[in-house]
Amino acid sequence: MRRVMMLAALAATLPTIAMAAGSSAVPVEGMPQLAFGHPTQGRLLIGQVVWQLLIFIALVYLMAKVALPRVGAVIEERHNRIAADLEAAQAAKAEADAAMAAHRASTEAARAEARSAVAGAVQAAQADADAKSAAVNARLNAQIAEAEARIDAARSSAMGALRGVATDAAEALVTRLVGRADRAAIEAAVGRELAARGRA
Amino acid sequence: MAAEGKTIDALSQFELSPVLGIFGDAVSFSQSNLFMVIAVALTVGLMTATANRAALIPGRLQALGEAAYEFIAGMVRDQVGDEGKKYFPFVFSIFMFVLFGNLLGMLPYAFTFTSHIVVTLTLAIVVFLVVTGIALARHGMHFFSYFFPEGAPVWLAPIIIPVEIISYFSRVVSLSVRLFANMVAGHVMLKVFATFVVLLGGLGAVGPFVAAMPLAVNIALVGFEFLVAFLQAYVFAILTSIYLHDAVHLH
Repeated sequence: MRRVMMLAALAATLPTIAMAAGSSAVPVEGMPQLAFGHPTQGRLLIGQVVWQLLIFIALVYLMAKVALPRVGAVIEERHNRIAADLEAAQAAKAEADAAMAAHRASTEAARAEARSAVAGAVQAAQADADAKSAAVNARLNAQIAEAEARIDAARSSAMGALRGVATDAAEALVTRLVGRADRAAIEAAVGRELAARGRA
Repeated sequence: MAAEGKTIDALSQFELSPVLGIFGDAVSFSQSNLFMVIAVALTVGLMTATANRAALIPGRLQALGEAAYEFIAGMVRDQVGDEGKKYFPFVFSIFMFVLFGNLLGMLPYAFTFTSHIVVTLTLAIVVFLVVTGIALARHGMHFFSYFFPEGAPVWLAPIIIPVEIISYFSRVVSLSVRLFANMVAGHVMLKVFATFVVLLGGLGAVGPFVAAMPLAVNIALVGFEFLVAFLQAYVFAILTSIYLHDAVHLH
C-alpha cells in the first residue's frame, strides 16, 4: 500500500515540475498569496482552499479510521506485552525467593537435628562411660577394701604372734640370766611394754 | 530564474500554477494542492507502514511513525487530559499536514503550501470551528460563560466580555499569520540570498569568493528553516491542543 502511494505521488510530481515552469501571462503584482484580483491566481487561490479542505478531510478520515487505531493497537500490544513479561518475571522472582527461603529453612532444620543427634550421642556415651567407670571404681574399691581387711588381719595376727614371740624371747633371756622365769610376770611386762609403744 | 534581468524576484516562488494539464486547470488544482496530496500520501504511508510492520521491536521507519504518534498523543494527553483522546486524530492530522507542508517546501522545485495565507487561514478556521463546535456540544449555552471569568466583578463585564471575545476570535489570526509569516519570511530570505549568490558570482574573478558569503548564509538558513518547519508544526499542534483544553474544560 505504501509503495503504491509513493509511486502515485512520484508519478503525480513529474508533470508538476514540467508545468510549474510556464508562468502566467499576466504579471502578478505584489504577493501572489494575496493576488485575488489576478485572473488566474485569484481563481487558483480559491481552488486551492477548496481542494485543501477536501484533502485535509481525507487526511483526518484516514488517520482517524484507518491508520491511527492500528498504530495505537501496535503500541498498546507492546505495552501489554512488556507489562505481562514484567509480571511474569516478578512472579518467577517471588517463586525463587520462596524456594530459597524453604531451602534455607530445611537446611536450618537439618542442622538443628544433626546438632541434637550429636549432643544426644555425646550424652549417651558420657553416661555409658560414667557408668562403666563407676562400676570399675566400685570393684576396685571393693578389692582395695578386701585387701586392706586382709592386711589388717595379717597384721593383727602378726601382732598376736609378736606378743608370744616377745614373751618367749624374754622368758628365754630371763631364764639364761637368772636361771628361772616367772611366766606370768613376763607376760604382764611384755603386755605393758607393748601397750607403752602402742602396739597392743 | 529568480535573477531575471538582474532583479531580485523573491515572490514568484509563491505563484500558483495548475497541474495535471487541462484537468487541473479546469478544477483549479494547483501545484500547492498536489503537494498537499503528497503530504497526505506520505503521512498515510508512514502510519500504515508503521502499523503493517507491527514489530515488537520497531525498525527505523516504524520507530519514526510510533514516535510521531506518541509525541502527539502525549501532547494531547498532557494538554487536554483523557477526554482529549477522541480529538487526537484531528490534532495529529493538523501536525502532520503542517509538518510535511513545511518540510516538503525545503526540497528544490517543491512548493510550500504553508506559505499561503489562505491555506493557513483555512486550517486555523477549521481548528476554530472544530474547537467551538466541541465546546458548544459539551457545554451548550454554558459555553458562553467562557467569555466572563467566574469571580470577576460584574461592573467590569462591559470591558472583560468584549476583550475575551476579541481574544477568542484572534486565535484564528494568530494561528494563521504565525505559520504563514514564518514560512514566507524563510523562503523569501532563502531566495534573496540565493539570488545574491548568482548576482555576485558573476562579478568577474572575485565573484566566486564574494558569492561564498551569501552561500554560507543560505546554508545556515536551510538548517534554520528545518528548525522552523518542526517548530511551527509543533506550535500549531500545541495551540490546537490548548484550545481543545479550553473547549473541554472551559478555563
